[in-house]
Amino acid sequence: MTPLLDVQDMHVTFETEDGLVRAVDGVSFSVEAGKTLGIVGESGSGKSVTSLTVMGLTRGPSTKISGTAMFEGEDLIAASDVQLREVRGNEVAMIFQDPLSSLHPFYKVGTQLVEAIQTHQHVSRGAAWDRSGQLLELVGIPEARKRLDHYPHEFSGGMRQRAMIAMALSNDPKVLIADEPTTALDVTVQAQILELIAKLQAELGMGVVIITHDLGVVAEVADEIAVMYAGRIVERGKTDTLFDSPAHPYTWGLLESIPKLTGPREEELIPIPGRPPSLIHRPSGCAFHPRCPYVREEHKKIDPHLEPVPEDGGHSVACLLAPNTRRELWAKLSAGEEPEQARAEVPLQ
Amino acid sequence: MGRYIVRRLLWVVVLVFAVVTITFLIFSVLPSGADPARLRAGRSPNPRLVEEIRHRYKLDQPVTTQYGLYISDLITKLDFGHSFQNDTDVLDEILKRLPATISLSIGACIVWLFVGISVGIISAIRRRSLLDRTAMGLSLVAISAPVFWLGLVVLYLFADDIGKIPILPGAGSYTPITDNPWHWFTSLILPWLVLAAAFAAIYARLVRGNLIETMSEDYIRTARAKGLSERKVILRHGLRSAITPVVSALGLDLGLLLAGNAILTETVFNIPGIGRMSYNAIVNSDLPTIEGVVLFGALFIVVLNLLVDIAYAFIDPRVRYT
Repeated sequence: MTPLLDVQDMHVTFETEDGLVRAVDGVSFSVEAGKTLGIVGESGSGKSVTSLTVMGLTRGPSTKISGTAMFEGEDLIAASDVQLREVRGNEVAMIFQDPLSSLHPFYKVGTQLVEAIQTHQHVSRGAAWDRSGQLLELVGIPEARKRLDHYPHEFSGGMRQRAMIAMALSNDPKVLIADEPTTALDVTVQAQILELIAKLQAELGMGVVIITHDLGVVAEVADEIAVMYAGRIVERGKTDTLFDSPAHPYTWGLLESIPKLTGPREEELIPIPGRPPSLIHRPSGCAFHPRCPYVREEHKKIDPHLEPVPEDGGHSVACLLAPNTRRELWAKLSAGEEPEQARAEVPLQ
Repeated sequence: MGRYIVRRLLWVVVLVFAVVTITFLIFSVLPSGADPARLRAGRSPNPRLVEEIRHRYKLDQPVTTQYGLYISDLITKLDFGHSFQNDTDVLDEILKRLPATISLSIGACIVWLFVGISVGIISAIRRRSLLDRTAMGLSLVAISAPVFWLGLVVLYLFADDIGKIPILPGAGSYTPITDNPWHWFTSLILPWLVLAAAFAAIYARLVRGNLIETMSEDYIRTARAKGLSERKVILRHGLRSAITPVVSALGLDLGLLLAGNAILTETVFNIPGIGRMSYNAIVNSDLPTIEGVVLFGALFIVVLNLLVDIAYAFIDPRVRYT
């Protein structure tokens, strides 16, 4: 199946006073209709910039963008602003992290929905208003028609995100990009919103990209996961593969830092040591080496590339450790050993 | 909302009363050198004449009695009293001069809003461009240039009597709109521009700063993600939010101008407005006139601020008054 959205070798750099920020450094991914891709990474890993760039929202005098983002035969990176506006909010729609600040506080929710519809469809205001009511109903807002007349501040957090989703759906997009859609919401509401996105996707057959720092979020909804670190994808694979046999030490760290309800209470969470790397002064070699418990001297010099994991279809990783070593290390870690212990027992290759 | 407005209007009454009282108090403790009777009587006056004036204006009565009389006349007859200096009715005099001040202030206000907001928007969206830097540089000049200097410069350049390029009516040419609308308009062009210059500069900076801040809001990103044209993003989404502080500044500035703060412009262009009237009243210790001018000024400021607060409720739906 040909992908709906196909991003190849995307680079995004920002000129700042402190220097050149390499926010996205050669990222490739694709989404098919009806499938969900999860992009996971911590703050500053370039995951949001990646999605915003697809939408053309990072364009500016100090931004340099290269690569391609093919959508229906059109390269969104090379497209003119006018061409891009035709696609934006129409065929590729986006929802954002904080639903309160993402809606204009001075306009009624209905007005904002109508604006989204009328930007891409030549319909009367009355028709657009009716359609807005249907959209709010579709995303599960009770008394939808009445709610059109309300302002965003009169909505709860979950309702606002539902309204944002309704707005994104207003022109039947083929691709929906959700940038941390549940981060600002209560846990119970989070689940509802994810369920809603999954349900709508099934109904409308959209390709969905969910960007998050929370592996728990993508575990439920994504078919495929890409883990980003320092502006690059360091591991990619089917969701099950990634949770069962993750291959990158960073992914291990992410998995180890999730609290498990089933574990003993005194079990300690293992955070990833150190801080996210500077995107101005990228660490040499493997960008993860300063924080990697399994680092070897040569890892500081060689820059790893995304390579297929042997005997594991569709799974690829950018790690300099030997496949066997990785398997052994993960076996120890998933058995509950701490990184130092695992490292002492497995000869690093 | 209705109850809120009524409550605010009641406060206006209290406030105006307080302003009148404080003005009276300040006046009554003025040093005797500013004796209004003596000032009225002219140079080296006959002591009997001074006494007579003192008596006629009840200046020989205790301050409390004077105050009581003034207040009771004001409330019962809406009588602002008579000027100590030329016996005219204060209210008549104010009403006669008010149109000039209103013409000057509101006209200038339209000019500075138009110029300030346009320049502010352009500077904000072309931030750090040559255009922006030039506009902001010029705005500094406009803010720093005193009205009396700027006024004289434009008169020297453009006034039809003394100007190098005599194209517009100069000082002292003010004509009421009821006499000749066209002449009224042309006579006010220079004063409007001079009075508006500093305000336009301040508002341009205000709009620029606010718009730059607003344009980095998340809802602007949403508007762009919808596929709106940049023009709509800026005008409908950005400016809508960035304009709010302009409305509050406008209420204050216009209130002050109507209260007589356009005095420098009125003086340079010899426009018979409230500002000049208050200046003369203060110089001559003309208490009834001072009271009248202060009272009107306070009214303008309070009422305009009330209007601003009401406007806020329309601009920002999150604002609710009870």
